[in-house]
Amino acid sequence: MSTGNALDVLKVSKAFHDPVTVKVLKEVSLELKRGEFVSITGKSGCGKSTLLYILSTMDTDYEGELVIDGERTKGASHTRLAEIRNEKIGFVFQFHYLLTEFSVLHNVMLPGLKLARKSKAEVEHRAMELLRELEIGDQALKMANQISGGQKQRVAIARALINDPLIIMGDEPTGNLDKRNSEIVFGIFQRIASEHKRSLLVVTHDNDFAARTDRNIVMDDGRVVG
Amino acid sequence: MKLLVDIAITLLRAKLKQSIVAAVGVMFSIAMFVTLLGFMNGLNDLLDGLILNRTPHIRLYNEVQPSPLQPIDLATDTASRNFISSVKPKDELPRLRNAIAIMDVLEKDPRVLAISPKLVAQALFNVGTVELNGVVNGIDVNDEIQYYRYSDYLVKGEPYALASGNNTIVLGKGLADLMKADIGDLVQVTTAAGDRTMLRVVGMFQSGIADFDKVQCYANIKTVQKLLARPGSYYTDINLKLHDLTQAPAMAKELAARFGVDAVDIQTANAQFETGSDVRNIISYAVGIVLLIVAGFGIYNILNMMIYEKLDAIAILKATGFSGGDVRRIFLLLSVIIGIVGGATGLLAGFGMQSLIDRIPFVTAALPTITTFPVDYSIKYYVIAVTFALATTWVAGWFPARKASQVDPVEIIRGK
Repeated sequence: MSTGNALDVLKVSKAFHDPVTVKVLKEVSLELKRGEFVSITGKSGCGKSTLLYILSTMDTDYEGELVIDGERTKGASHTRLAEIRNEKIGFVFQFHYLLTEFSVLHNVMLPGLKLARKSKAEVEHRAMELLRELEIGDQALKMANQISGGQKQRVAIARALINDPLIIMGDEPTGNLDKRNSEIVFGIFQRIASEHKRSLLVVTHDNDFAARTDRNIVMDDGRVVG
Repeated sequence: MKLLVDIAITLLRAKLKQSIVAAVGVMFSIAMFVTLLGFMNGLNDLLDGLILNRTPHIRLYNEVQPSPLQPIDLATDTASRNFISSVKPKDELPRLRNAIAIMDVLEKDPRVLAISPKLVAQALFNVGTVELNGVVNGIDVNDEIQYYRYSDYLVKGEPYALASGNNTIVLGKGLADLMKADIGDLVQVTTAAGDRTMLRVVGMFQSGIADFDKVQCYANIKTVQKLLARPGSYYTDINLKLHDLTQAPAMAKELAARFGVDAVDIQTANAQFETGSDVRNIISYAVGIVLLIVAGFGIYNILNMMIYEKLDAIAILKATGFSGGDVRRIFLLLSVIIGIVGGATGLLAGFGMQSLIDRIPFVTAALPTITTFPVDYSIKYYVIAVTFALATTWVAGWFPARKASQVDPVEIIRGK
C-alpha cells in the first residue's frame, strides 16, 4: 500500500482506561506528503499530542493503521520501531532533552553513531555542518548544560536532523522559547521543508505559527475537524 | 557496541563519586576475599604441614598380631566347633619380610616418587639413674631431607651430619632439654634387648608437637641396625611418596594384598586434618561470598538511583532510536565496568594486604621455622574472586538495567 506519502494514518483510535475509559482519539485519518510542512492545532486535551506520540511509534497502544514511508508499523517489534525512529524520524520536543553529560557536538552525533551508516568522522563532520547551519557552530564543544535555552532547542533540532530523516516531528517545539527564538526555529523548519525536502509535523498551540505552515490540521475532541 | 561502551563510560564519569563508591565496595570485598582465603589457607597449609610434610603417602609395615587363622581352624571336621581364648600374637620380629625385594619392585612402579626404608626401635636413654623413654628412627638422611623436609625441623646442627657419622643421633628438642644434652655430648642408649651403646648428639629436632619431641630421635639406619644387632636388610617400615597423593588409598590396599604386609595411606592416617581444613575453607569462602553479595547490593542501589536521575536521558535515547535492549546493555555495562575496575583494584589491594600479613612477625616455640604469619598466594583465590565479582556485579546490574529498558519514553516526555 505504498502511496508515496511520508506518513499515512488510517482510522487511528485510542482510549485511556484508567480510571474510566475515555476515548481520546476517534478514527483519525490523515496523510503527510514528502516535503510538506504541516501543523496540528487544537484545544488542550483534544488529543493532538497523543496522536503525535502514536505517529512517532513510541506509543504502540492504539487501533488502526500507521504507515511510515510505505512500511506498516502495527505489530512491528520494538527493536524495528527503534530502528525506524532512528532512521526516518527526527524529534524536537518542548523541552530539549539534551544529555548533560555529553558535549553539544556529541549530543548531535549520538543518533548518527547509533545508525552507524557513516563513519564517526563523517558523522562528526555532518554534525558540525548542521550546528553551523543553525548558527551555533561555536558552541559545539561546550557541555550541553552550558548553553542558553534557545541554543539548546537548536541543538535538539540539529540532533533531529543528523540522520536526514524523512519526517521531523515537533511537540510544541517553540513552547518554551521567546518570540525571537521562536522566529529563528520557525525559519529553520521552513528551510528544512523547502530546501531539504523533509516533511514536518508540528503540534502547536501558537496560531501564528500554524497559520504560516503549508497546511494546518485542527483537532477537537479526538477528531480532525479541519 | 563501542557506542554503548562510550555512553556507559560517559555516564559513569558524570557520576564519578557514586561510581567510585560502588567500585570501592567491590574492591574492598575482593581484597578481603583474597586476603582472607590466602591467610586462612596459609594457616591450613602450615598446620597440615606439621603432620603431612613428615608423613609418607603410604607406609608399609608389619603389625605383630595374632594369626587370623589358628591351626585348629584348618580341621575338616564340621561336626564340632572350637573356641580359643587368650590368643597371643605370633612370635615374630616386627620387621618387613623381603623388604629388599619389595623395594626392588616398587622402584619400577611409575606411580612412586620416592622409597625410603626406615627402622624404628624402642630405646631407653639413661641419664644418671633415670631412664627416659625414646624411639629411635633409623632413616636414610638424604631421602628425609629431599622428601620429608627434615632440614626444616632441625633447630640445631647440620642436616647431613647424620649421613656421614656412625654412632650419631639427633634428639628431639624436648628430650634433649630433659637430658640437658647439647651437640657433641654423648648419650647412653639401651635397647629393648638390653644392649647399651653410646651415641654422639649431632643435632636437635623440633616438630612443633611437644609430646612427639619428647620421645622421637633420629639416627642413621645403619646405626640403628647395629644398635639392635640386626643385619643390613632389617627394616620395619617402607615409606613411599607418590606423584599423585590422591592415589594413596587405592594403592595402599593394592600393595597390602600384593606383598602380604600392612599398609596405611596418608588420608586414613590423618583424616582429622582434612576435616579441619575443609571446615576452615568453608567458613572463609562463606565470609568472602557474603562480602561480595553486600557489594552487589551497593551496586544495585547506586544503579537504581542513577536510573531515576537519568529517566530523561533514557527517554531521549529511546526516542532517537536506541532500543530497549541497547538501554539495558548500557546499564549492564555500567555495572560490569564498576565490577571490572573494583575487581582489578581489589586484587591489587588483596595482594598488598597478603604481603602485609606475610610480614607480620609470628614467633612460636611450637613452630621453629615460622617467623611471620603464613600466607598462601595461590592464583586460585584471585581467579575465584574475580569470577564472583563479575557474576555479582552482572546480577546486581541486571535488574536495574531491565527496569531502565522498560522505561516508557512517552510517559517521561509527556510528563514535562
